[in-house]
Amino acid sequence: MSEPIIRAEALTKRYGSALAVDGLDLTVEAGEVFGLLGPNGAGKTTTILMLLGLTEPTSGRAVVAGFDPLRQPLEVKRRVGYMPDSVGFYDHLSGIANLRYSAALCGMKPADADARIDAALKRVRLEAAGGRPVRGYSRGMRQRLAIAEILMKGAAIAILDEPTGGLDPQSTHEFLELIRSLQREGMTILLSSHLLDLVQSVCDRVALFHRGRIGLTGRVDTLLSDVLGGSHAIRVEARGAGLAEAIGRVAGVTRVSEAANGFRVEASGDVRAAVARSIVEAGGALLSIEAGHASLEEVYTRYFEGVRDAA
Amino acid sequence: MRRDGFALAGAGVVMMKELADNLSSVRMRLLEGLVFVAGAGAVYATIGEVRSVVSEDPFVFLRLFTTPKAPLPSFVAFLGFLIPIVAIALGFDSVNSEFNHRTMSRLLAQPIYRDALLFGKFLAGLATLAITLTALWLFVIGLGVLLLGLPPSGEEVLRGFAFLLAAIAYSGVWLALALLFSVVFRSAATAALAALSVWLLFAFFWSMLVSLIAPIVAPADPDNVMSLLHNANVTEALSRLSPNTLFAETALAALNPSTRSLGVVLSSQLEGAISAPLPFAQSVALIWPQVTGLVAAAIGLFTIAYIAFQRQEVRA
Repeated sequence: MSEPIIRAEALTKRYGSALAVDGLDLTVEAGEVFGLLGPNGAGKTTTILMLLGLTEPTSGRAVVAGFDPLRQPLEVKRRVGYMPDSVGFYDHLSGIANLRYSAALCGMKPADADARIDAALKRVRLEAAGGRPVRGYSRGMRQRLAIAEILMKGAAIAILDEPTGGLDPQSTHEFLELIRSLQREGMTILLSSHLLDLVQSVCDRVALFHRGRIGLTGRVDTLLSDVLGGSHAIRVEARGAGLAEAIGRVAGVTRVSEAANGFRVEASGDVRAAVARSIVEAGGALLSIEAGHASLEEVYTRYFEGVRDAA
Repeated sequence: MRRDGFALAGAGVVMMKELADNLSSVRMRLLEGLVFVAGAGAVYATIGEVRSVVSEDPFVFLRLFTTPKAPLPSFVAFLGFLIPIVAIALGFDSVNSEFNHRTMSRLLAQPIYRDALLFGKFLAGLATLAITLTALWLFVIGLGVLLLGLPPSGEEVLRGFAFLLAAIAYSGVWLALALLFSVVFRSAATAALAALSVWLLFAFFWSMLVSLIAPIVAPADPDNVMSLLHNANVTEALSRLSPNTLFAETALAALNPSTRSLGVVLSSQLEGAISAPLPFAQSVALIWPQVTGLVAAAIGLFTIAYIAFQRQEVRA
């Protein structure tokens, strides 16, 4: 197996007495879309800053694209494009001027930079707005401009912190398309998010963060079956007394919980027919029954419920 | 710990960008307007006074800078007030605005060290001030040539130039102070107020404070000559802690060749002295400690800002 493009070993960051990141181990393979998931304050941004060499780890080490971010930050930053949480640009300058500044800081020649900027702006469909001051850009346009910056830099790795924060559904969708197309071109993408469903749709692998530690790492589908127990979730809308017990007695059902207007049933197989029968036999009124998709959100809640119970 | 790569790589790029921002900003236009109007007003008002002594003074041109005409202060006194304001206005939001506009982390994710950012910003501010002050200086000299109808002598130009360099050093002190506050305070308004309070302290209250503190540190006994001398020395040392004092003394010695000393002079020391203007080299020797003090203050303040900035967390 080839050397992973990002590797962190026992990375720890302490702010005073508070432990922001606690002994974090992480590997990301080249060409992967890797998601860091977790609630705000779980240590995702701190981890990212340590990988970029923008914050010094208290202990532990990291290797990014073959370089140590602590000792060779310039080499790392030359190969990594970073889009911070709620990215900002110089409002009085145009999109193009903002990118020109970044290009100059990367040491590009002006003519070379202009060609790359043009191409990058076309990719993110900002070629028409590129000459206007960033002041008038919408949130989605700023985020696309940040992606253009990463493209212009020719980065091998893109680190995106909360990339869809504050975007409307349409822009989010477009943004995810953009991320997928970047992956197809061979870019490695590390993204952090607290929106678990979003990550589920684009990430190859994810790491679930909880209080500075990684609780779970793995492929999305593996996590789903591991934590939820190969589960099928069913949403049942029904009225009647004692239905929860009746459903619970159906063979294969592992868990029944109250939900709006009915129940949420988890089972090892597709038990819709059996559940429907049990409701009718118990004298309940069955209004609807449908198969729901297991989501990372459930994995997350379930897993950390377990963690908390064990603690 | 050693880090690879040149610490100041990219400083030139940062400087050019900041310089362009400074020179094109509305804020700078307003300040330039203010400085030019004030300077031109002071010089224009002085012309009448200066014309009356044209035949008596070999350094009449320098009088343009130093002669006050009530109710206006002299051009030099105007600069003593206005330079700090311009420098503070340029520097008070230079670092914290990067945080407030959320550009800091994106900027530092480019292949540069933080050193380059701070150096670039400071040098851009200093270059802006130097350009403004040089333009103003040339403007005043041009105005003098037109209104007086005579060109400055070589020595007058040299003395004027020494004064210009001192003015740039003085502006550097205030720029470094503003930069320091822009690093320390995340809110631009707080940084501006802090820098302006320091300016207010030195511009208006320092002489009062000195006259309060000096008698406590070194009581002056009217019957004891040595205690009087000691008091005078302490007063002088305290007042020289203010960059405004250093600048005023430099201007006095550079632009007024008859100034022989900036400190306490005893009458015995003046015995047998020929009352003639000092040669330029001697005036330079006289102001050397003052100018060195100004440059040292600027470097000291910049260093504190630099250390504070290096230790700051990038995340807002």
